[in-house]
Amino acid sequence: MIVELGHYALILAFAVAMLQSTIPVIGAQRNNARWMAVAKPGAITLFLLIAFAFASLMRAHILSDFSVRNVVENSHSLKPMLYKITGLWGNHEGSLLLWVLILAIYGAAVALFGNRLPTRLKARALGVQAMVALGFLAFMLFTSDPFERMFPAPPDGNDLNPLLQDPGLAFHPPMLYLGYVGFSMAFSFAIAALIEGKVDAAWARWVRPWTLAAWIALTAGIGLGSWWAYYELGWGGWWYWDPVENASFMPWLLGTALLHSAIVVEKRDALKAWCILLAILTFGLSLIGTFLVRSGVLTSVHAFALDPARGIFVLALLVLYVGGALALFAWRAPALKGGGLFQPVSREGALLLNNLLLATACATVFIGTLYPLFLDVTGGGTVSVGPPFYNATFLPVILPMLLLMGVGPLLAWKRADLAGALTRLWIAGAAALAIAALTWWLHRGGPLLALVGMAAGSWVAVSVFVELGTRIGIGRNGMATSLRRLFQLPRSAVGMTVAHLGLAIAIFGITGAAAWKEEHVANLAVGQSLDLGAYEFRLDEARRIDGVNYWAYRGRFTVSRDGETVATLYPERRLYWVQHMPTTEAAIHTNGLADLYAVLGEPDGKGGWTVRLYREPLVALIWGGVLVMVLGGLVSLSDRRYRVGAPAQRRAAIATARAA
Amino acid sequence: MTRKRQRLVILLVALLLGGGATALVLNAFNDNLVFFYSPTDLKTKPVPVGRSLRIGGLVEEGSVKRDSDGVTLHFTVTDLKNRVAVSYSGVLPDLFREGQGVVAEGTLSADGNFQARSVLAKHDERYMPREVAEALKKSGEWHGDDSTAGTTP
Repeated sequence: MIVELGHYALILAFAVAMLQSTIPVIGAQRNNARWMAVAKPGAITLFLLIAFAFASLMRAHILSDFSVRNVVENSHSLKPMLYKITGLWGNHEGSLLLWVLILAIYGAAVALFGNRLPTRLKARALGVQAMVALGFLAFMLFTSDPFERMFPAPPDGNDLNPLLQDPGLAFHPPMLYLGYVGFSMAFSFAIAALIEGKVDAAWARWVRPWTLAAWIALTAGIGLGSWWAYYELGWGGWWYWDPVENASFMPWLLGTALLHSAIVVEKRDALKAWCILLAILTFGLSLIGTFLVRSGVLTSVHAFALDPARGIFVLALLVLYVGGALALFAWRAPALKGGGLFQPVSREGALLLNNLLLATACATVFIGTLYPLFLDVTGGGTVSVGPPFYNATFLPVILPMLLLMGVGPLLAWKRADLAGALTRLWIAGAAALAIAALTWWLHRGGPLLALVGMAAGSWVAVSVFVELGTRIGIGRNGMATSLRRLFQLPRSAVGMTVAHLGLAIAIFGITGAAAWKEEHVANLAVGQSLDLGAYEFRLDEARRIDGVNYWAYRGRFTVSRDGETVATLYPERRLYWVQHMPTTEAAIHTNGLADLYAVLGEPDGKGGWTVRLYREPLVALIWGGVLVMVLGGLVSLSDRRYRVGAPAQRRAAIATARAA
Repeated sequence: MTRKRQRLVILLVALLLGGGATALVLNAFNDNLVFFYSPTDLKTKPVPVGRSLRIGGLVEEGSVKRDSDGVTLHFTVTDLKNRVAVSYSGVLPDLFREGQGVVAEGTLSADGNFQARSVLAKHDERYMPREVAEALKKSGEWHGDDSTAGTTP
């Protein structure tokens, strides 16, 4: 019964979305306040209905209601509770429901907290948001109904794909979706602004927190996904330039560009059309990501179902939304009056160059991801594009961006002194060279890319501190004054510093993991040991254990260095007996600077085991860096100026107080 | 600087970047595209020795042999028309099984053996790797879509 109510709620949501996507928009056009007022209750009702549908499916999963097809196909009565809950979005229909729920959450948040938005902009933005929801609700109701019943109900379910029975499933998809879908807000605001024909500093201030929130979630989501792929053997490691990974990385690159160009719109009233275009394309790439992953054109653990009808439906939505938005852009963008001119050597000039570089980098990833599909469709043969392609195209574009990242924040708005900025950065340049030389010496040469990576990381890290030092006037003022200024810095400035530093940390991690990974594969009998660099791994035992819905061989490795025990690792080789599927659970020990990674492979039948051992230097810094970037984003988000509901009057009051 | 000139400068920089990126991409396509070959393709088409490529098909039943070092494996990949011998050192993916589909990336050596650098298993066992399904379709040994139907009702 509750399942049917959930289904009914979803259909009602469809109807509400239909109203919300038309009435407020028409009302805004005719300047009819009562029609526009539909937007707020509409968005909240939409959220409540979808939340109810979500909760009713969740209930079916938790209670293992095997009369629901979605539960039968993805659950089993013995499955641990965590995976009963998270299994909801471990499949096509459920993950779409999560997608739509998050869309509705964003809509309701704007409706509730956007009290200071101009009525017309708000009505239009919520209308566009509902249009997006409408398409995806239709997609669910017509092709991917999560509430379908099954009669007669089977006694038990098919269980969730064991690869997905991992705590990563609890956090990675929701975070990623919060990011993907969050960019719908920037999209809706952009379309609303295009209809309005007006983009100004205030618009940029309203869009920024939503874009920033989406960016934070997407950053965290990508980081979590990369971590999951790292500890799950056979997924190619922390980053493999897999099309599915690229699908989340492309919106991140453009979203980062959008975040930076919104600053220029806010501060200098320039780059408006470009900023709008970025907002459209960023969400477009999120949709392309959904299409790539959900349509089954790519074979991967993310492709839950290979059903051409669904792929075509998502493709049609994609064409409709992005095509429609771009057509509107072509029609209305010339009406957006550009602001003042600006000098090439200035903060805005640097931000523009940053945008161009990020967009170009995104384009190279886009080509690498879609070219094989294109070739396949046109009958040009089956090809794949792997890491070497991206090393040859993405890196040369992103390296100048990193160089610029050091300089840009030191340039003043309007007209800047490049020579002065470079003079202040001498210490960053020196640090980069010193670190490169040190790396070269430590590793007896080391791959060239590793030297470049270490230098780039040091350059960005030190220049972040140079910029911070300049801002608080270290050296010019006394220590006390500098400290006081440090604490008075606007949160958005602190956020930038922290986020940039996070990227520098991640660069060190990426370089280390790519350049100095040590690996040893061997056949090992219990009691034997194996050397990996300075470490000795001894296989103490491998015994059978029983899990809730699997049994496993669990190995015990004692890792020692110079006779001293460093760690004990317990890798497992599991067999999930519902789906008869083996999985390999790696064991990892980290001290922050290097990871020791052990995998128990298959037995050879004579008492020996294939084992695979890795030492991955610096790899933990990748996720450390991502975490710092997320922190930076959160600090910036807490800046009072961008607080979503910040009363305009108070802002004005502060301005008068400052002027006085 | 006038508005027109500023626009021109921005356009030039964008073109420069776009052109540079295109050159990089084309260059990388020359060297780094990994083509897929079925065992039949390997027999009938000229295949560059030493270049990175992907092969795929079914792992022949009873063909998996392990060297005495316990790490190096030999198996045969077939599209049920032709076959190719593959050797690989390392831990196999969890879903590697005789009679099941497999995709391997590596190089063809002069004696016609395939040296795999990696054996891919980015699919779960309900799905056939797409390339393998295509290869089987081409060799005429494809039997129905039941193995690729996935969870679709």
